[in-house]
Amino acid sequence: MADSADLYRTVRLIRRFEERAIELVRSGVIPGGIHPYLGEEAIAAGVCAALRPDDLITSTHRGHGHVLAKGADPCRMLAELAGRETGLNAGRGGSMHAADVSVGIYGANAIVGASAAIACGAAWSHRRAGRDRVAVTFFGDGAVNQGVLLEALNLAALRRLPVVFVCENNRFATSMRVQDTTSGTITGRAEAFGIPAQAVDGMDPEAVFEAASRAVARARAGDGPAFLECLTYRFGPHHTWEYSVRPRYRTDEEVAAGSVRDPVVIQAARVDDAVRARIDGEIEDLLDRARLFAEASPEPDPSGALDYLYSGTLRGRGGTA
Amino acid sequence: MPILSYVRALNRALSAEMERDPAVCVFGEDIGIAVSNVTTGLLKRFGPERVIDMPISEQAFTSFATGAAIAGSRPVVEFQIPALLFLVFEQIANQAHKFSLMTGGQVKVPVTYLLPSSGSRVGWAGQHSDHPYSLFAHVGVKTVVPATVTDAYGLLVSAIRDDDPVIVFGPAGAVARRENVDFDALAPVPLGVGRVHRPGSDVTVVAVGHLVHDALAVADELAGTISVEVFDPRTLYPFDWAGLEASLEHTGRLVVVDDSNRTCGIGGEILATAAEEMHLIAPPKRVTRPDGAVLPFARELDLALQPARGQLRAAIETVAKSQ
Repeated sequence: MADSADLYRTVRLIRRFEERAIELVRSGVIPGGIHPYLGEEAIAAGVCAALRPDDLITSTHRGHGHVLAKGADPCRMLAELAGRETGLNAGRGGSMHAADVSVGIYGANAIVGASAAIACGAAWSHRRAGRDRVAVTFFGDGAVNQGVLLEALNLAALRRLPVVFVCENNRFATSMRVQDTTSGTITGRAEAFGIPAQAVDGMDPEAVFEAASRAVARARAGDGPAFLECLTYRFGPHHTWEYSVRPRYRTDEEVAAGSVRDPVVIQAARVDDAVRARIDGEIEDLLDRARLFAEASPEPDPSGALDYLYSGTLRGRGGTA
Repeated sequence: MPILSYVRALNRALSAEMERDPAVCVFGEDIGIAVSNVTTGLLKRFGPERVIDMPISEQAFTSFATGAAIAGSRPVVEFQIPALLFLVFEQIANQAHKFSLMTGGQVKVPVTYLLPSSGSRVGWAGQHSDHPYSLFAHVGVKTVVPATVTDAYGLLVSAIRDDDPVIVFGPAGAVARRENVDFDALAPVPLGVGRVHRPGSDVTVVAVGHLVHDALAVADELAGTISVEVFDPRTLYPFDWAGLEASLEHTGRLVVVDDSNRTCGIGGEILATAAEEMHLIAPPKRVTRPDGAVLPFARELDLALQPARGQLRAAIETVAKSQ
């Protein structure tokens, strides 16, 4: 059983990280904007609490929660969002590609559904090397109609790979409602490939943790992949550009109704007030430090814009002769 | 000396690398029965955990290779049909190729994509006859097009040992070739280093893949009137610009023969670079497929759209004469 306070710490950290990151988008410290994870924190927290440090995840464009819950340093994460040399990816990835391989984060991916097959291959490779690592691939409801994701489900089942597919059904693919884009059911897709699938209350960190723990244990035991559809709601915008563009695809009343059950509030109720106050204070201190660290960190030198493109010494020609 | 075929050279390279390095594995369709003959014997020798017949899910197994590579394997992915590369362009150009940069160098993606028969085989029509190496050079994926048997062996070995994604095109027009080789002398050929197949003093012909053999034949025809140097870049990205420059230093005249569609084909890049940076005493020319070519089925129509020896000869004669 995961410690209730630990789960609270994770959902609270993600919530406050995102709220502060939105401020930094508005003030221009974070270029390009972000896809906030507000409202979906229970999923990252519950799933990652069921993993070992050497297990691995692949994430999505809405990936901050996964990256923080899997154990990346919030200071370096924020520095990455701000495009700094000290960031997780040395400022080369940003919000949509944050990765920290040292703690099993094989990258957030900006193409919907693209990372499931990557997770499958990584899980296969580790198993072949004799390591009993489990891979979790996160994706949204918008990904369940991508061919490559369905292909990955087939491959995972065929080769009994230790992969847990975690669908975060927040009811919207950008502006498109899940019922307008998706025939059949989401769990039914996995079941069609013989993969056990379960719908989970994605607002409750402990419910997610319990379901994820069963799926991870099964995968680690060699019994093959599992699929969780975590039912949640995106409290905020698809992307921070909505603050300026203001697309109208859902009403304020609908958002309010969808946000009534709040994963941070749900988990807070399970933690002693004094403990909660201490955790809240620690998180604010940590995020203060993260902001100072990010803002004080150097921006990458433009002469290094082609660094890391290749693993060796290869340098392509520049843009002028 | 024993005779080795191009396809057997690829097979030998794969087999040698799998023997040398347990991280090397092969994914593809029908590779268990070796429908392309490149994987012959590998399943029996190395087993089904290293030689994996994949479902017809090219996108998934291409990204599966990316994940496996990040986690320490060195996959070789075989595609039977060059047009499948259009299907997996996302997985190669947008995923595998970008991981090193996007992660700030945290990961390497040592995957080799192997096309044992690319370009026209005549009679395979619109969706089996492409030769899309220029697309991959354009996006910056290391791109190799061996023309000869020993280069096929040596470049595939280097591709597998490279820590980045590398795509290896075996031109359909070259895979039937055979050479007398000393097996003990087979060796890796470094990526990015071209080869002068025939020295000459009047015109440099840069020929890609199977067209090297056409260029050598045309050079023979012209011997006595025009001295043609045949330069085979072998790797299109990174390109051996120094090798080309050295050749143009003494010829000053350039013709490129390239099995790409004309617009944005590698031939255009070679001409542009030579014009910008190198010694040219006459306007260069290129012989390519036409703009936007889709190879029609009928034999004469298919051949009509491929670079032909007559076209190459005419281009060489024009460039040799022009001032």
